[in-house]
Amino acid sequence: MRLKYLVLGAAVAGVIGASVPASEALAKDSMLVPLFTYRTGPFANSGIPIANGMHDYLSMLNARDGGIGGVKINVQECETQYKNEKGVECYDSFKSRHPLVINPYSTGITLALIPKASVDQIPILSMAYGLSASAVGADFPWIFNPPDTYWDGMSIALKYIAQKEGGGFDKLKGKTIGFIYFDGGYGREPIPLLNDFAKEYGFNVKMYPVPPPQMQSQSGLWLGVRRDRPDWMIMWGWGAMNPTAVQEAAKTGYPLDHFIGVWWSGSEDDARPAGAGGKGYLSMNFNAVGANYPAIKDIEKYVIAKGNSQTPKDMVGENFYNRGIMNAVVIAEAIRHAQKLTGKKVIDGADMRRGLETLKISEQRWKQIGLAGFGPPIHVTCADHNGHGSVYVQQWDGKKWVKVSDWIAPVKDKVMPLLDEAAKDYVGKNQPWPKRDEPCDDKTL
Amino acid sequence: MHLLYSIFVDPFMQMGHAPDLLVQTLWDGLVSGVLYALIALGFVLIFKASGVFNFAQGIMVVFAALTLVGLNEHGVPAYVALALTVVVMLVLAVAVERAILRPLVNQPEIILFMATFGLTYVLIGLGELIFGGDPKVMISGELGLPSGSYRINMLGGYVQLQKIDIAAAIIASLMVAGLGIVFNRTRIGRALRAVADSHRAALSVGISLEQIWVVVWFAAGVVALATGIMWGARSNVSFALEIIALKALPVLILGGFTSIPGAIVGGLIIGVGEKMGEFYWGPLVGGGIESWFAYVIALVFLLFRPQGLFGERIIERL
Repeated sequence: MRLKYLVLGAAVAGVIGASVPASEALAKDSMLVPLFTYRTGPFANSGIPIANGMHDYLSMLNARDGGIGGVKINVQECETQYKNEKGVECYDSFKSRHPLVINPYSTGITLALIPKASVDQIPILSMAYGLSASAVGADFPWIFNPPDTYWDGMSIALKYIAQKEGGGFDKLKGKTIGFIYFDGGYGREPIPLLNDFAKEYGFNVKMYPVPPPQMQSQSGLWLGVRRDRPDWMIMWGWGAMNPTAVQEAAKTGYPLDHFIGVWWSGSEDDARPAGAGGKGYLSMNFNAVGANYPAIKDIEKYVIAKGNSQTPKDMVGENFYNRGIMNAVVIAEAIRHAQKLTGKKVIDGADMRRGLETLKISEQRWKQIGLAGFGPPIHVTCADHNGHGSVYVQQWDGKKWVKVSDWIAPVKDKVMPLLDEAAKDYVGKNQPWPKRDEPCDDKTL
Repeated sequence: MHLLYSIFVDPFMQMGHAPDLLVQTLWDGLVSGVLYALIALGFVLIFKASGVFNFAQGIMVVFAALTLVGLNEHGVPAYVALALTVVVMLVLAVAVERAILRPLVNQPEIILFMATFGLTYVLIGLGELIFGGDPKVMISGELGLPSGSYRINMLGGYVQLQKIDIAAAIIASLMVAGLGIVFNRTRIGRALRAVADSHRAALSVGISLEQIWVVVWFAAGVVALATGIMWGARSNVSFALEIIALKALPVLILGGFTSIPGAIVGGLIIGVGEKMGEFYWGPLVGGGIESWFAYVIALVFLLFRPQGLFGERIIERL
């Protein structure tokens, strides 16, 4: 009987406990920024450094500046394990607590949340992931995916390959390009653009899907690569799929300087396990690697040195840690813009949407925040929720990433019309889709 | 007509045109098969002794590999870390027997199965608490495992044999043979088989159930350690390794839950079958069929042998 009361008591305490953060979130002295993270499960190797980077930058702003505009940021993590259903649970647990923005950190979760965003008036920031077509602000006023869509990324990968083959896209004619991808929403996302380019420029595409249970067992797939002998391989991988692919490529004898990963396939942990065999592997990137930035020094001083971070010292400055910082910069700058636009100190989700829609991070601004040259200039408008920024290519030298290209711009004149078409298609298939009635602050629509 | 040609003619033409690739596919399949057999063995050992499908076998692989690499990261020499990890797996076996199996003795098997769910999440939490969720590089070099490959020019092409794969095949074969000897030729093995046949009968002749459970959970722990080392060397050591345990399910369907030879032969059939399927028939449907093709093979076998390859045929009078 005692046990029964104990369980009942614990349940009541839990309900009461759960209601506390709600009142906390509504407090006037902080703004709730949930971070959907995955520090556990099969994708933790990719999730941990990103979670640390986001958490540490926002915590640094709290510790160093007292928050943004004098208001503290209430950073709260929700563990998704990169599972869609857990992501939706996280969303449901936060939506009544007036979050400023949701960072799903998963294309699958983003796809599940897109229809909910406008209903609940909570903007969704899917930084360089998610639905490419959501860059079209007229149809997706609550979704933002700067600085690049997956379609931009694919166009850049193909542009880089064409350059290496000696010039423009015409040099791809007759070539075979292999595409190894995570067989889920994320990995399939750039396929329409790849097929479109293949048709236009006359190259062949070989598909190599990797279902999640096969992430660490790819030897059969790489035998296929050996048979098909593609001239180049492009990878859209995540989690344990990446290091396995790099190792299998090395084992198969595939030339790693002809193997290029998207920006989510380029962490140190993706290339390092291959040892010397991983030398030469390429990946795209849009943030700098390294810790030699005043803002990162401040993170070390105000957050890590004070024991308020889970980040091991040697992770600071690694690629995905910096990716997390970049995501947090986008959040912080959007909050600043929203505060400026509305004149309010404590903003809400609707204000944040306006802040994201007028987001500008110029070279000068990157410098002002202590991250000179850290990322590309970002310019989001009412019409374009992405910005389609430039990306550079980095190469693994056996120990670290080395930048091996200039910044390469996406093929916007090809990507943009396809995005518009895809947005229309999405809206058509998801009727009734709400018509945009949110006014534009920058009048670009 | 074209479809029939693609299914029944073209793959065999390919085999004839590029026999080196056929040999490579068979070799890769055999290596994968040996490793699948190793995972399946962990399940079989525990199922034989206690009738429990151990859901925690996958996380035991992760836990063992993380313990090994984690100890080495803290300055413990590789072979000492290996020995200490074996001790940790023994402690785990004793703890499981004391905390889970003993209190639940005589409970329905489904309760024990659910308890292994609980154990899974405890080990996940404990592993993350102690070692963090960061991936780690397997210390294969420090353990004396070879790297690099042999390239053999043959059949108009070449076959590449990874040294680590050869080592994996040898180690797994030795472990399987060792376990076979232990369970067939020793006192403890006979006791285990007695327990597998009937708990009550074994108890009545003085066999200690507790001791047997500790022995099989420990053996499963050692198998998990070997599996973790081999798979960790192919990718990295992270919680993603847990998914590898899923690879054992079609092997168990095929080989039966109670048969050690079944796990071995089943593993080899599944390993070779899925690689052949992916390589020769996968492109017909866009690739990526390995994960479910293994189940197709297992289910086709079940049509002809419902008890699995080496499972016991149970005849009950109605």
